[in-house]
Amino acid sequence: MNQRSCGEFVIEATGLSKAFGPATAVDGVDLAVRTGEVYAILGPNGAGKTTTVRMLSTLLRPDSGTARVLGHDLLTEPGKVRGRISLTGQFASVDQDLTGRENLVLLARLFGFRGRDAQDRAEELLTVFELTEAGSRPVKTYSGGMRRRIDIAAGLVVAPELMFLDEPTTGLDPRSRKQVWNIVRALVNGGTTVLLTTQYLDEADQLADRIAVIDHGKVIAQGSSVELKASVGTGAVHVHLADPAEREAAQRLLAGVGVAVHPGAEPGTLTVHIAEHGASAADQACAALQRLSQADIGVATFGLAYPSLDEVFLSLTGKPAVDQAA
Amino acid sequence: MDNRSPTLGRPDADDPALAQLRTVLTARPRPPRPGPLTTSLVFGWRTLLRIKHLPEQMIDVTAFPIMLTLMFTFLFGGAIAGSTTEYVQFLQPGILVQTIVMITMTTGSSLNSDVVSGVFDRFRSLSIWQPAVLVGALIGDAVRYLLGAVIVLVLSLILGFRPEGGFLGVLAGVALVLIFSFSLGWLWTMLGLLLRTPQSVTSLSMFVMLPLTFASNIFVDPKTMPGWLESVVGCNPITHLTAAVRAAMQGTLTSGQTGVVLLWCAGLVGVFAPLTMRLYRTKH
Ligand SMILES: Nc1ncnc2c1ncn2[C@@H]1O[C@H](COP(=O)(O)OP(=O)(O)O)[C@@H](O)[C@H]1O
Ligand SMILES: [Mg+2]
Repeated sequence: MNQRSCGEFVIEATGLSKAFGPATAVDGVDLAVRTGEVYAILGPNGAGKTTTVRMLSTLLRPDSGTARVLGHDLLTEPGKVRGRISLTGQFASVDQDLTGRENLVLLARLFGFRGRDAQDRAEELLTVFELTEAGSRPVKTYSGGMRRRIDIAAGLVVAPELMFLDEPTTGLDPRSRKQVWNIVRALVNGGTTVLLTTQYLDEADQLADRIAVIDHGKVIAQGSSVELKASVGTGAVHVHLADPAEREAAQRLLAGVGVAVHPGAEPGTLTVHIAEHGASAADQACAALQRLSQADIGVATFGLAYPSLDEVFLSLTGKPAVDQAA
Repeated sequence: MDNRSPTLGRPDADDPALAQLRTVLTARPRPPRPGPLTTSLVFGWRTLLRIKHLPEQMIDVTAFPIMLTLMFTFLFGGAIAGSTTEYVQFLQPGILVQTIVMITMTTGSSLNSDVVSGVFDRFRSLSIWQPAVLVGALIGDAVRYLLGAVIVLVLSLILGFRPEGGFLGVLAGVALVLIFSFSLGWLWTMLGLLLRTPQSVTSLSMFVMLPLTFASNIFVDPKTMPGWLESVVGCNPITHLTAAVRAAMQGTLTSGQTGVVLLWCAGLVGVFAPLTMRLYRTKH
């Protein structure tokens, strides 16, 4: 375990705000991240996740608000904070023109490993991240999953006490995504606190002890994934109707029996929100499908899924998440 | 990749690959934090690695000096002195200055495109002596300038340049040019961080550089100029540098000449390095 000197919280932020010109990117964010947990910031594109992470990792000075990170004041002791954190940004956080091995040796040298030790450290990380062979190729030739692994490896040349991962799995295939999840689990197991950002509820649910939902730069919900799902519902049934023209009738029918239902993006699709938990959640899902078949509304396909981020937002704010990215 | 290898892809958090990751994470004690010099040299090494992978960066320090040396020697040599071999003795140290000082401009435009890449966020979040990122880039670039200088000198020797200061004199001259280029580099790094695109960095650099190099003693003796122009040229740091390099190669360098050049260097670093660092810290 790492040495802890900061008590229960590794991050205590109050009222963090940042504006870029007239646009407010982060608007009074309060966060309390406990030692040893995985904390997820969940929000759509443009919500202010990256800006928050950049402020907490000393890269961006907040316009207002204060934060203590690992017991040090973010504004007055940024150097002390830097010595104990590691940041893996959303985009290419290693030199794309250098090889994976060169990137790791470079960082090892910057951390003070000399000569052979730097090489050995790089080799250890390449091995454990399954990049030994790819290690001698420029990073720009890597696949998405490999790129993400070298990004994360670069953040682990010396074990940090607190690791920031900005959207570590966005754009990855399912297998690479699972690899990243397991790396995060191993990190936490080894005593590192992880703050990650994501656009996926299932990712936050799988990994995080606690989640903050952020929208338009504001935290709109905060709590454990159980608490969050209690307010959002366990999941959803995505239904594709055989006849798209019957969508309105289906919506009316289901609304009549007290299930929240929203039209999907494609014609003939709709989403039934399951508010119940445990066994009764399954009952509710079955009941909804049964109602459709009793009314002779043909269902082409259906699937059970986590509520999408959009649906989380719908139930938290009453309106869908807006993609504000420029 | 195949699915059967013992990988991080398995969901079980206790699998051997993950146990190995945990071990690797804590395997080595954290070494002591390296000092400013070591850190700068590591960043210098990064610049050289980038040259290795992007060899097209060498075009400006190889083709450009060859072109400039030939062009100036024959164009000006023929027109001004009537004979190339005589004028060459006067002109070559100037061409060295002109060429190397011109190629320092590439430092700004390459930093401009480099600094927006995500890797700079990582560098900025490290607990290192932060100016090393830029000092190292300039040290790495100094290696490129050295190559440019060697090319100019070899070509000049072929064209009939016979420096009386001998090897040591030439060495001193090149050293002065490199120190000055390193110092001037801070002006370009500042512009590289200040402006939005590499193109705007290049055009503004040109705007600064052309009068600096042409309103100097590189091509003609200022004594032949009208009085007002002579005094303008006399204030130009490039004039002092060229005079010192010329003297060094003729074997007549005085400590006064060296001192003036070094003072200019200190001034450039003293003004533009802090401004660069300020921009570097707040760039996002
Ligand atoms: N450097 C910047 N200059 C201007 N606007 C920015 C900058 N960075 C972010 N923004 C704006 O701030 C808002 C939040 O952005 P960001 O923190 O990147 O969101 P997220 O990471 O959640 O997608 C967006 O509207 C974005 O356009
Ligand atoms: Mg982002």
